[in-house]
Amino acid sequence: MDFNDTPQEAAFRAEARAWLSAHAPAHELPRGATLPDAEEADRCRAWQRELNAGGWAGLTFPKALGGRGLTGIEAVIFAEEEARYHLPKGPFISIGTNMALPVIAKHGTDEQRARFIAPTLAGDLTWCQLFSEPSAGSDLGALRTKAVQAEDGSGDWIVNGQKVWSSWAHLTDWGILVVRTDPSVPKHKGLSFFVLDMKTPGVETRPIRQISGMSEFNETFLTDVRIPDANRIGAVGEGWACSMTVLMGERLGASGHGSVSTRLLKAAATIPDGQGGTLADDRAIRQQIAEALADERGQAHFQARLRTMVSKGENPGALASMVKLASASRNQQMLGLGMEMLGLNAIAALPGDAATPDLQYDYIYSTVMRIAGGADEVLRNQIAERVLGMPGDMRMDKDVPFEALR
Amino acid sequence: MDFDLSDEQKMLGEQARGLLAERTPFDHLRGLIDGGAEWDEPLWRELASMGFLGAAIPEEFGGLGMGALELAVIQQELGRVNACLPFFSSIVLAADAIRLAGSDAQKAQWLPKLASGELVACFASAEGAGPVMGQGVRFENGTILGTKHPVSDAGVASLAVVQVGDRLALGPLDQAGVTRTKLASFDQLRPHYRLDFDGATAELMPGLGIIPMLLDRAAVQAAFEAVGASEACLAMGLAYVKERQMFGRPLSSYQAIKHKLADVATSIEIAKSNAYFGGWAADASADELPAAAAAARLSAIKAFEMAARENLQVHGGIGYTFEANCHFYYRRERLLAVHLGNRGVWADRLIEATAKAA
Repeated sequence: MDFNDTPQEAAFRAEARAWLSAHAPAHELPRGATLPDAEEADRCRAWQRELNAGGWAGLTFPKALGGRGLTGIEAVIFAEEEARYHLPKGPFISIGTNMALPVIAKHGTDEQRARFIAPTLAGDLTWCQLFSEPSAGSDLGALRTKAVQAEDGSGDWIVNGQKVWSSWAHLTDWGILVVRTDPSVPKHKGLSFFVLDMKTPGVETRPIRQISGMSEFNETFLTDVRIPDANRIGAVGEGWACSMTVLMGERLGASGHGSVSTRLLKAAATIPDGQGGTLADDRAIRQQIAEALADERGQAHFQARLRTMVSKGENPGALASMVKLASASRNQQMLGLGMEMLGLNAIAALPGDAATPDLQYDYIYSTVMRIAGGADEVLRNQIAERVLGMPGDMRMDKDVPFEALR
Repeated sequence: MDFDLSDEQKMLGEQARGLLAERTPFDHLRGLIDGGAEWDEPLWRELASMGFLGAAIPEEFGGLGMGALELAVIQQELGRVNACLPFFSSIVLAADAIRLAGSDAQKAQWLPKLASGELVACFASAEGAGPVMGQGVRFENGTILGTKHPVSDAGVASLAVVQVGDRLALGPLDQAGVTRTKLASFDQLRPHYRLDFDGATAELMPGLGIIPMLLDRAAVQAAFEAVGASEACLAMGLAYVKERQMFGRPLSSYQAIKHKLADVATSIEIAKSNAYFGGWAADASADELPAAAAAARLSAIKAFEMAARENLQVHGGIGYTFEANCHFYYRRERLLAVHLGNRGVWADRLIEATAKAA
């Protein structure tokens, strides 16, 4: 067990640190400020361009495809060094680099690779994800958006349907899209995968009014949208395999948050307990925070174990799901506790109290992490089936043509 | 960064695992309980001859001079088979206490015998109910006065490391002035005693302020024991639900069971990760040890509690019989949950260490 870098890792870290110190400060965002979406997008794009110009885009992506061909552990080191700056990063860029690129690289044609990979790494092409639908979330294979080949002989596909939860769909250039091309076969077999220019006529993006009051997610309506066959990724009917490639990228990309329990611990010391002390002396509060602290530490060390596995060329597989499963519920519980610590003040703070609205927002948002990118229940199934070798759930839709399902 | 056990450490663990699996089938444990055994003496002698007892005792005192992580992989395997041995008392607590607090003469006198297993020591700290460890027992004029209870493994021990306030004393047990009274032990494979010291001859160890570090280091070892035991519970529960049929399909195919065991598995991985870091910090970072040990302890209690209870639960009625094997762990779990201070004690230690670091 050794927490120090190997000589090669240390050399790589020094190189990354030197480059970042020269280029990152100019891109840093003001802390605590929320930028308008369009400006945030521009800043994200600019940083990605800088990364690409410096040779730091697509770190683990194969060299032959324009990436840097580094190991997972080197990518982690770069991310650690990058995290020392408050840089514009997030799904506006990472849906392209972490989800669209792997699927294009794995299932696309040479022509598609040449067309999409370099501009995406360069920040010139940005992507959204058009997967989930109102009736297809955890059961993605139940999606209903339909594509049929045009009868004019062009080979084009005509797409109709509705997608939801497409982050940044209103500002990104292209979307990765999975649709049903054959309803006469069992549901996972009748899907195909496309890339869609978001400026195509018939694509309409509307913000979703969320419970938080924010609208960072969209629903995207597709009405007689025409997609050239050249924009199909993989064979007709290979949409499920393509989607799985994308979702693997999502899982491995899932990362942790700052420590909620340390934040609560600090807050506890400022809240009076009504007996002359503060909540930092309250046994019940201390116990709950300590359990969460232990859990957070364990999770961080578990991630270090997973990284070690990756650096040794092993695939952690569904073990990685444990990180998200453990953290999402814990964060919700701790943020809820943070509100309880404040008493009724948690519900309505005086003007000038910025911390309470933050806590309210974080509590509301914490429920997203239990659903998005693999709901708790889906993750538990994955762990049970892939780590513990337990049987898959009984299914009513197996081998039944999609059109025969209710 | 390499956050994993080394190949040598893994090999040591596998060696211990192979031997213990062979020597400690569950029927053997049942036999020990029915026979009222104090310990599994033949196994103790065998572990001694293979060098396991002296693994972390310095070479100059008859041990192999290995570190906390090497000791930990052995502890993990002892936990896995629910061994009936005074390893935690004699090796993890007493030998480490002497190593940390003893004079050179005391180390030379006792450590080689502990390493060879010819002498067993116990650790006498608790004084009755409550989370706070010993406060009332006194050391006066070279003698110990007062009562310690419960004390694990005091029946087979001939030496006690006795907590006297914030100091540690060494008191031989085979002497007038020491009365041992066996107590009914909830953990049927780890006997407990009441020790009455009435002017028993003893000597203080010179080390000052050693107890917190001793307990931190032992907490990490207890965490490994709990992780090994939790893994055994999960494996046992899994094997059972895959075999057991219910309503025409395996019990393992029900989501209620799948999700329960997925949660157990997740808790175990979190606990193991904290234990690994604690094992590293025990030797490599005194600054990080207090928080690391407390976190390891808390998450190990949590994992083992869930694993032991849910293992019995998925077995259903059969799990409540002596012939099934769930009860060994169901009982041992409560011992590990309260030994060296309960959850509240370790929660306080983690909060203090975290607040200090912030």
